[in-house]
Amino acid sequence: MTGMLIMAGGAAVSPLVFQLAIFIMAIFVGYYVVWSVTPALHTPLMAVTNAISSVIIVGALVAVAAGVKGGSGISTWAGFAAVALCSVNIFGGFLVTQRMLAMYKKKAK
Amino acid sequence: MPTLSADIAAILYTVSAVLFILALRGLSSPETSRRGNTFGMVGIAIAIITTLLVSNMNGMGFALAAGGLALGGVAGAVIAKKIPMTDMPQLVAAFHSLVGLAAVLVAVAAFFSPADFGILSEGRIKAGSMLELGLGAAIGAITFSGSVIAFAKLNGNMSGSPIMLPARHLINLALGLGIAVLIGMLMKSGGTEPWIIWALLAATFLIGFLLIIPIGGADMPVVVSMLNSYSGWAAAALGFTLGNLALIIVGALVGSSGAILSYIMCKAMNRSFISVILGGFGGDTAASDAGDKEQRPVKRGSAEDAAFIMKNASKVIIVPGYGLAVAQAQHATREMVDALKEEGVDVVYAIHPVAGRMPGHMNVLLAEANVPYDEVFELEDINSEFSNADVAFVIGANDVTNPAAKTDPASPIYGMPILDVDKAATVLFVKRSLSPGYAGIDNDLFYRDNTMMLLSDAKKMVEGIIKAL
Repeated sequence: MTGMLIMAGGAAVSPLVFQLAIFIMAIFVGYYVVWSVTPALHTPLMAVTNAISSVIIVGALVAVAAGVKGGSGISTWAGFAAVALCSVNIFGGFLVTQRMLAMYKKKAK
Repeated sequence: MPTLSADIAAILYTVSAVLFILALRGLSSPETSRRGNTFGMVGIAIAIITTLLVSNMNGMGFALAAGGLALGGVAGAVIAKKIPMTDMPQLVAAFHSLVGLAAVLVAVAAFFSPADFGILSEGRIKAGSMLELGLGAAIGAITFSGSVIAFAKLNGNMSGSPIMLPARHLINLALGLGIAVLIGMLMKSGGTEPWIIWALLAATFLIGFLLIIPIGGADMPVVVSMLNSYSGWAAAALGFTLGNLALIIVGALVGSSGAILSYIMCKAMNRSFISVILGGFGGDTAASDAGDKEQRPVKRGSAEDAAFIMKNASKVIIVPGYGLAVAQAQHATREMVDALKEEGVDVVYAIHPVAGRMPGHMNVLLAEANVPYDEVFELEDINSEFSNADVAFVIGANDVTNPAAKTDPASPIYGMPILDVDKAATVLFVKRSLSPGYAGIDNDLFYRDNTMMLLSDAKKMVEGIIKAL
C-alpha cells in the first residue's frame, strides 16, 4: 500500500517542507526566466505556459488508473475527461506556439 | 505492465521540469524560441510516459488514457492549425478554462479515490492534503468560469462593457468567506461528506463568474494574464496533493509568469492591479460621443497626400494599434512599408505594450504579415527616436499616443506611458472617425497643425497609399 502511494505521489522523500522548498525555488526561477522573455514573445509565452500547465494531466492519469482498478467510477470518468481536456491544451498549446514562433523572421539582408 | 521505481520517476519528473524551464528560457529571443518549444514538448511527453509507467495502469486504463489523449489531441491540433492570429486572446482564454476545469476534475477524482492519490491516513483524507486539494479545486473553478467569461467578452459573444451588479463587492466578500469556511469544513470532515466539495465548487464557479463580469473589455489583457497565473497556482496546489515535482515546479513557473505579465500590463496602462480587479473601467465601444466634437478644426488628408509626405520623408515610424487588426490591415501595411523602402525611406514599427488584446499580440500579428522582428521596437527602445522621425504613421491606435497622459492630470489615462508621436515632424493618423478611444477621451493630437487625419477604414486607406506610391 504505502509503496504504491509513494510511487503514485512521485517523490519518495516527500515531506511537505521539501516540496514547499522546491515550490519556492521554482517561483524564483520562474521570476527570473520570465523577466528575460522578450516582450515581442509574450503571446507565445502565454500559449506555451498554457500547454505546460496541462502537465496536470499526470493527475488525470492517476485518477484514471485509480478508477479502473476498482476505485470510484467518478474518478474514472473525471480522470478521462481531464485527460481529454489537458490533451486539447497540450497539443493545441504547443502547436499554436510553434506556428507563431515560425512566423518570427529576421530582416533579409 | 512495466513499472518504475519512485526514485526514477521523481528524477524523470525533474528532467521534464527542467525542460519546461528551458522552454521558457528559449523565449528570450526568437532564434532560441523554436528549440525551446521542442524542449517543452519533450518535457510533457516524458511526464506523461513516466506517469503511465508508475501508475500501475491496467488495460482498460491504458485504453481510456489513449482515447482521451487521441480525442483531445486531435481537437487541439485542429484548433491550433485553424485559429486566426487575431483570435489568439480568446484562444488563450479558452485554453485557460480547460486547464481550470481539468484541475477541478483531478481534485474531484482525488477526493473520491484518496487511497490511490496517497492522501489517506487512517481512513480519512489528511487535513493538509485536503487543504491542497480544496485550494486546487477552488482556484481551478475560478480559472474555469472566469476564463469562460473572458473568452465570451474577447470573442464578442458578450458585450465588452462592464456588467455591474449592485452590492457586488459585498456579494463577493460573502462568497469569499463562504469558500474559506467550506475549505475549513472539508479539512475537518476528512472527506466523509461529499456535499462539501460540491458546495465548494458551486461557490467558486460562481465567484469566478462574478469577478470577471464587471471588468471592461479594455482591461482584458490584464485579466487574461491574471487567469494564466491562476491556472498555474491551481496546478501547483494539486502538485502538492499528488506530491508530483513536475506539477509543483510548472505551477510555480506558470503562476509567476502570469503574475509578471499582469504587472507589465497594469504598468503599461498605469492602472493598479486592485482597480482592475474591482472592475468597471472601459467598455469596448466608447460610450461618450459628446456633441462637442468636430467643433475644433482638423486637417484632413487623402491617401495621395499621405503617400507624398511619406515618400519624401527619410524616417517613418509606424505605430500600429488594435484597430489595425480589426481592419485586417496588417498585410497591406507591410506592403506599404515595402513600397516606402523601395523609395529609400527608413521605416520601423513602434509597439505599445497594450497595443493588442493580450501581451505581445501586436508583435504576433506583424510577424504573421512577414514584418521582420528586428524592425519592431518596444516603447522604451523607440520613444527617443520620434524626435528624429519625419513622419509618425499611427494606424488603429489612439489612447497610447494621447499627450493628455502626460499633460492633463484630470485625464483618466494620466500617467500612462505613451508613444511620443507628437515629437515627430508630421503625424499621420489613420482613423475611421474622430471618435475617442476606449477610455472615452479626446486626443489633442488630432487638432495640431502638424497632424493630418486620414479618416477612412485602415485597410482601404493603406491600399490607397500603396496605389499612390
